[in-house]
Amino acid sequence: MSDVLLHVSNLTAELGNGERPLRVCDGIDFSIRRGETLALLGESGCGKSMTALTLMRLLPLSGRIVGGSVQLDDSELLSLPEREMRGVRGGRMAMIFQEPQTSLNPVLKVGDQIAEAVRLHKPASNAQGASPPLLKRRLFSGEAEVAERVVELLRAVGIPDPARRAGEFPHQLSGGMKQRVMIAMALAGDPELLIADEPTTALDVTIQAQVLQLLKGLQAQTGMAVLLITHDLGVVAETADRLAVMYAGQIVEQASVDAFFAAPAHPYSRKLMESVPSASKRRGELAVIPGRVPPLDQPFTGCRFADRCSQVMPACREAPIAWFQPNLEQSVRCLLWAEGPARLQRASAAVGVVESSASSLRLETATAPRSATGLESEAEALDAARLDAASALSRSAAAPEGHALLATDGLEVHFPIQRGLFRSTVGHLKAVDGVDLRLQAGQTLALVGESGCGKTTVGKAILRLEPPTGGTVRYNGVDLAAIRAGQMRRYRKDLQIIFQDPFASMNPRMLVGDIVGEGLQSLGLEKGRAARRRRVAMLLEQVGIGEQAMERYPHEFSGGQRQRICIARALAVDPKLIVCDEPTSALDVSVQAQILNLLKRLQDELGLSYLFITHDISVVAYLAHEVAVMYLGRIVEQGTAAEVLDAPRHPYTQALLSAVPMMDKAERRQIIRLEGDMPSPAAPPTGCHFHPRCPQAIADCALAYPQPVQLSKTQSARCLRIEV
Amino acid sequence: MSAYILRRLLYALPILIGVNLITFVLFFVVNSPDDMARMQLGDKRVTQEAIDTWKAEHGYDKPLLYNAEAGGLGALTETIFFEKSLKLFAFDFGQSDSGRNIGYDIRQRMWPSLAIALPTLLVGLAIAISYALMILFFRATYIDFGSVVLLVAMMSISGLFYIIGGQFLIGKLFHLVPISGYDRGLEALKFLILPVVVGVVAGIGSSTRLYRTFFLEEINRDYVRTARAKGLRERAVLFRHVLRNALIPILTGVVAVLPLLFMGALIIESFFGVPGLGSYTIDAINRQDFSIVRAMVFLGSVLYIIGLIMTDISYTLVDPRVRLS
Amino acid sequence: MPVILITDALIFLLIAVAIAFGLYAARHEHLRGPWRQVGRSPVGVAALVVIVFYVGIGLLDSLHFHPLIEPMAPADLTDQRTDQRTDQQAPTYSTQVISVLDRWLSGLRERQEKTFSAPFAIQLFVKEAIEQPDGSLIRGYPRLEYGGAHLADPAQRDLDILLRGLFGMVKGLIAWTAVMTILIALRAWHRQQSFNDSASRIWRGETKTPWRTVLITLALMLVLSFVAAELAAKYHILGTDKVGEDVFYQSLKSIRTGLVIGTLTTLVMLPAAVILGIMAGYFGGRTDDVIQYLYTTLSSIPGVLLIAAAILMLQVYMTNHADQFQSLVERADLRLLFLCIILGVTSWTGLCRLLRGESLKLREADYVQAARSLGVRHSTAIARHILPNVLHIVMITVVLDFSGLVLAEAVLSYVNIGVDPTMNSWGNMINSARLELARDPMVWWSLAAAFVFMFTLVLAANLLADVVRDAFDPRLRGAS
Repeated sequence: MSDVLLHVSNLTAELGNGERPLRVCDGIDFSIRRGETLALLGESGCGKSMTALTLMRLLPLSGRIVGGSVQLDDSELLSLPEREMRGVRGGRMAMIFQEPQTSLNPVLKVGDQIAEAVRLHKPASNAQGASPPLLKRRLFSGEAEVAERVVELLRAVGIPDPARRAGEFPHQLSGGMKQRVMIAMALAGDPELLIADEPTTALDVTIQAQVLQLLKGLQAQTGMAVLLITHDLGVVAETADRLAVMYAGQIVEQASVDAFFAAPAHPYSRKLMESVPSASKRRGELAVIPGRVPPLDQPFTGCRFADRCSQVMPACREAPIAWFQPNLEQSVRCLLWAEGPARLQRASAAVGVVESSASSLRLETATAPRSATGLESEAEALDAARLDAASALSRSAAAPEGHALLATDGLEVHFPIQRGLFRSTVGHLKAVDGVDLRLQAGQTLALVGESGCGKTTVGKAILRLEPPTGGTVRYNGVDLAAIRAGQMRRYRKDLQIIFQDPFASMNPRMLVGDIVGEGLQSLGLEKGRAARRRRVAMLLEQVGIGEQAMERYPHEFSGGQRQRICIARALAVDPKLIVCDEPTSALDVSVQAQILNLLKRLQDELGLSYLFITHDISVVAYLAHEVAVMYLGRIVEQGTAAEVLDAPRHPYTQALLSAVPMMDKAERRQIIRLEGDMPSPAAPPTGCHFHPRCPQAIADCALAYPQPVQLSKTQSARCLRIEV
Repeated sequence: MSAYILRRLLYALPILIGVNLITFVLFFVVNSPDDMARMQLGDKRVTQEAIDTWKAEHGYDKPLLYNAEAGGLGALTETIFFEKSLKLFAFDFGQSDSGRNIGYDIRQRMWPSLAIALPTLLVGLAIAISYALMILFFRATYIDFGSVVLLVAMMSISGLFYIIGGQFLIGKLFHLVPISGYDRGLEALKFLILPVVVGVVAGIGSSTRLYRTFFLEEINRDYVRTARAKGLRERAVLFRHVLRNALIPILTGVVAVLPLLFMGALIIESFFGVPGLGSYTIDAINRQDFSIVRAMVFLGSVLYIIGLIMTDISYTLVDPRVRLS
Repeated sequence: MPVILITDALIFLLIAVAIAFGLYAARHEHLRGPWRQVGRSPVGVAALVVIVFYVGIGLLDSLHFHPLIEPMAPADLTDQRTDQRTDQQAPTYSTQVISVLDRWLSGLRERQEKTFSAPFAIQLFVKEAIEQPDGSLIRGYPRLEYGGAHLADPAQRDLDILLRGLFGMVKGLIAWTAVMTILIALRAWHRQQSFNDSASRIWRGETKTPWRTVLITLALMLVLSFVAAELAAKYHILGTDKVGEDVFYQSLKSIRTGLVIGTLTTLVMLPAAVILGIMAGYFGGRTDDVIQYLYTTLSSIPGVLLIAAAILMLQVYMTNHADQFQSLVERADLRLLFLCIILGVTSWTGLCRLLRGESLKLREADYVQAARSLGVRHSTAIARHILPNVLHIVMITVVLDFSGLVLAEAVLSYVNIGVDPTMNSWGNMINSARLELARDPMVWWSLAAAFVFMFTLVLAANLLADVVRDAFDPRLRGAS
């Protein structure tokens, strides 16, 4: 047995028929050693998932493998007959998917779904290779044995009370549990290789930590190799041994994780890393990659990244790029390394310094090339940084006592739960249950929490998109929760919202110009059509889209561009405060950087206030002045960004922050593992809502919800265990 | 659950009152009780006395909707509408305008209706599901394409042609079974075959095509990919996973029409001379017998609502995700 | 003197709506795109060509007028059947209402035989006493008055049919060539290509719109029409019915009835379904309760019974107020309209429920929320955000319903609650032919004619509906 478990070479696959098929993976080479974790990293649309499906030979009906070879140990998978391939699938090679919600059959009990895999693959350990499935089943037919093995598997993936859970249906389990069930199913055949396709992307960060830890533990126990497909650099840094960066259907860099994070070699990898927001990048703008991933239905000649690369050379476009090896642990498909490291250093000396700020100004639509030369933009960037620093200074000084632009007191949004013969209200789903927030003019307040904690409802309640059932929302002293619906129209101008999903937040049937101008028209701000068009054109220019977008439809734009248009729509009515509801969580990290830069610039130029709702701590660190952490309808801790992020006091905040995967080893904390999932807001636990999962809980925690403890002028937390 | 069903039944009351009101108004917009009496008594020269007697006998001697003479609640209750409706709610259908007991007729005639409708439904269901599964197995091949064309062609033919064609081919040409008629007991079997076959064939086109789309919708879901990734055979994927899920909309759809089977098949019954409720209805329409029409409308509405409730209940039985509340 | 029947007016309204919608769709990519996809599907365009033929005939049959009475009116005798004279009318015009199609087919309409005759027959189908030249009577099959009357010798019939058929075919091909030349020339001019280039592209199937399929279908339809026209001039190509009326003529006249039922019903129900469905979904609460109650109540009444009750009511009304109707044609027309309305009442609930569900979802869509946060009024939000996003559902429903309604007409006419018995419709044709099935040998041609004409239309409509649904409903796109 050799050390290499899986060897993929020159794997090429296409999707769709006709003259222009999508070449979703093109000449993929990599290998995985036994027991190793290889991360396949890339942004959406790069072909990572399709590569995984190709390995399993599970491409959709319209897809086909054009060439290459996939060797698992000694067997060539691509030439196996389908019958034997079925034995490999789920046997020697198992796969788990991104969406645990939809990846389990909703009408079958989870135990039965695992049992299916158990029956198919059980004697894999003593009968290596491909024996016909029928024989296997006969060897392992005892139903009691199967049931036993199912429970054992469920226990192995850390599901409490596995015997009972086996009899439940997928919808009765939380997202994290479902992903565990998926893993159990994959383990049923004792796989040598586990392909995990974005296994934690759909999960909350504390659950993500649980699942990643589980995978690591299982790997150590069974010695299986893992192909981890992800877009999250933090996850890669914390879990993988080696990684391969994928771009536009190709692998552009392979390296050991340590070497990669020390010095990524490919310009794309470097840009990707620089665009991840963090506290240390607060002062400046994030690096961005202009343009978008090229569509895969075209023939490529040279480097696929050339059009977006800041260090592009004529030679880059001429011929396919060969592999170069800057050092023993790293190889890269980039001509900068053609002459060894020397040339690269020269190049970065010339461009590197100003490069990040220059390219960040070069926005996605390169149709109207900006005149900004490197020098000018450097000056601009410096200016911006200075401005930022100055305003931050003045703000922090004025912060605590200053006049709050927006203040909620005891904000409640309860949804009645109706049951019984006459639909009488038997209880309330307390989505938001007494939230106090203060937002100063020109500042950013981040509302942080995991899915289901009610943070989005807070945002909607402030705008009265969801009627508050209690408490006050004071905007400039006026209680928006108390005024009549008709009067609310007057304040619509000042309060705006940006949504999470840029694909769903614009009417697909309207022209971009009409979308942006909608508020101007409905609030009567610009009566004349011509004046409105002028204003819309200006707004589009302001967010970096260009006025020619007016006559186009939303679907013609990428996610990042759409989010810019949404920002322009919100800006149109000249608001004072914008509720940003996870505006970047549907976007790739390089695109996220563009949006964050834009939001920051607009805040500086226009003095906007943001209520920034997010679950992403790195974004908070980069953008927020103040942070409020929410758990199950209530704020558990709030304070300035520095206070909360650097010295969290509430056990939940501590656990949340510790679970965030970090690229930088120095920043990693000991992960505080939280047991279980967030309870339902329909039946919150007594006392402190967090106490059933809290590692520091004492008996008193179950008695009453703790009062806020003032930790400093600005920081407070609601926990009994905090001593001041 | 019982609270849910009870609530749904209560909710059915206003619907049934509405149904009654609609039929009532539709009929009496142009007809007066006098007209009815005249028609039933044989038109032309009928004395006013005879008309009054007929009206009194049949309970048409009160105002239609509002009794101005009676005071208080009586203004609404002492009317033809209220009295006739109240009886309907007790499933007392009364006498037909020609003097027969409607309740008795319905009880007699619903069994032949059911004897045709139920086998038609079940056989049709079995064939359509199997055919759709076969198409699914050969999806994106010429079998798929050809089948779809065939199904569309089949559903483009009017049901009348299936009946006429069936009667001609099986009955007249091959003399296999009698063309029409009915008999009691087991003898009925030979009369049933033709209508059932015709009913099944006429329905295959549209139902198979519908089920095919249900199947196709399921086969593209993520859990199917999971099942394949487990190493399951295509057949196991289809039967254990896809079929299980696609059956949910199919079965609940069937449950919804199950009660309505009692109402019979209008055209088939009258064509094949089966004494069921379908032909009963058609006869009533042709004779303009309002009492029967109203009774059948009421019965149909009740069965429809029962079908709706049963559909909801069946969802909870076959789909673990659904719970009534 | 033109006459505009109510259904005619509605048909014109429908055409106006269709044209307006077409213009609207042309400017909106989300509607134009799917239609373009329909236009690129061979099945779709073939079905469209067939439907265009039907619609053309239906439209010709919708231009009604009182014909001028010519000094010698040979039509008078035959027309008495459908004619109801009132003497107040201006003397120069007949009170009879006929359509352009009638005028066009006046030959077919006027050549009425005594009773049944088989397709292409030259003798009656039933024996009669024939007076021989010598004055004696024998029982036999008499020659038809018109069908094949030009033949001196009955034995020449087959050859005559063949020759005429070939002649018709040649005519058809000539017409087709003309149309094709114009089409290719237009396309070449539009694309700035040479004529030959354009033609060869079409024949090699290299055009995005499958023009080859269009032309082949067109050839088929044109040849069929010309052959039929040529033969129909001298024969009853589909035979005659009980009163000796030409079945081919009946079939052609039935087209309008089928189309009217299939389209006007939808037109009638559309406003209610769209407005109520969207309101129920968008506003929720009480509005939703009321609308839901309304459609649950209506849909719980067995459709046939509701239609029966309504039609009975209309019949009684018409008998009591016979003086209000100037002619049988108008009366039949009113009944047709009423049938459309009542069919609409029974069929709007399905669409309404669909739209309610969709609006319920859309109400929560981010862009509707964004509109609310921008202070957009409800009416504007519905018109701008909800309606355009449910339009594809409306369109799919309209196309899908069409064939079902055409089929429903036949069944309803069978139960005598369909269109007026005097009106030409496939349902009435089947209904009257059904009674003759028991004859031996069978009288099959009315049935066969109704079957062929109906099947062609419904099949084309169903195929088109399939293509349209696939184009507009992306859920199943690419599924097969």
